[in-house]
Amino acid sequence: MYDTNLVLGGKEFTSRLIVGTGKYSTMDVMRDAHEASGTEIITVAVRRVSLPSGESILDYIDTKRYTLLPNTAGCYSADEAIRTCYLAREAGLGEMVKLEVIGDQRTLFPDVIGLLEATRTLAREGFTVMPYTNDDPIMAKKLQDAGAACVMPLGAPIGSGLGIRNPYNIKIILESVTVPVIVDAGVGTASDAAIAMELGCDGVLMNTAIAGSRDAVSMAKAMKLAVEAGRLAYKSGRIGKKLYATASSPLEGLPDWTS
Amino acid sequence: MSVKINVNGKPMDVEPGLTVEGLLTLLAVKREYTAVAVNREITPKATYAAVTLNEGDKVEIVRPMGGG
Repeated sequence: MYDTNLVLGGKEFTSRLIVGTGKYSTMDVMRDAHEASGTEIITVAVRRVSLPSGESILDYIDTKRYTLLPNTAGCYSADEAIRTCYLAREAGLGEMVKLEVIGDQRTLFPDVIGLLEATRTLAREGFTVMPYTNDDPIMAKKLQDAGAACVMPLGAPIGSGLGIRNPYNIKIILESVTVPVIVDAGVGTASDAAIAMELGCDGVLMNTAIAGSRDAVSMAKAMKLAVEAGRLAYKSGRIGKKLYATASSPLEGLPDWTS
Repeated sequence: MSVKINVNGKPMDVEPGLTVEGLLTLLAVKREYTAVAVNREITPKATYAAVTLNEGDKVEIVRPMGGG
């Protein structure tokens, strides 16, 4: 079936799965998982160089093949997040950023007030801003109006694996904005990713669901298939839900077994 | 006389007149995908050799790490 590409900041992507680089058991496993996931966009954090500087994560990521997506994880204010994005740009990581302004250490829920402020500033400065936000349709619209290139509502708390807790809100977000909607955070297993895509989301971003699974490489493949399956099901137009049965086989032409 | 600066949260004594370029060389930091900020202001790569570190300067040297 014909499908459009995912467009972010004028760049086109055929894969709708964005994956991370955190928490993998080894760098080799990470590289193989990226390969198996079919992803084209990979998130990285921006942190202090450990001195002396040793092996780099980028030794395991082919930057000609993948687009890097620096995040602002660990930033608790718009100011910190904005400075991190400037650092990422100066480091040569590009202008596409996964913007996080965290509100609370325990839930890692976003501080949407700081997020909106940072989105506005960074969009004005030419960044392709991909904000991690709540599953709140009103905020999604405000982020779009502030210049966000997409909105990335959480399915559940980061790293929780609880899945898409409020599919109805995600559905309303899809109706509220015209920019791509990418579910970020909360995915635990393949069906969660499929559900997000069946709802009509444009993509899914995940890290722990793959990196933390027992076999990260095969889970990465499962996620690739789930995102593709969910997308295809969405595009194919599912049947309506009914309370009672509707026979699949014709009712006419049954043999007569009465004696 | 040495100059006391702070690099990635750790105190460090350096020679007077040391530049950002000199510091990166001294610490053997890989340049690719690295960014530097001095006192919260980003130091563009092109100015590394021109920026001299002064007493009390706070230097941040960052690069990509694993994250989600």
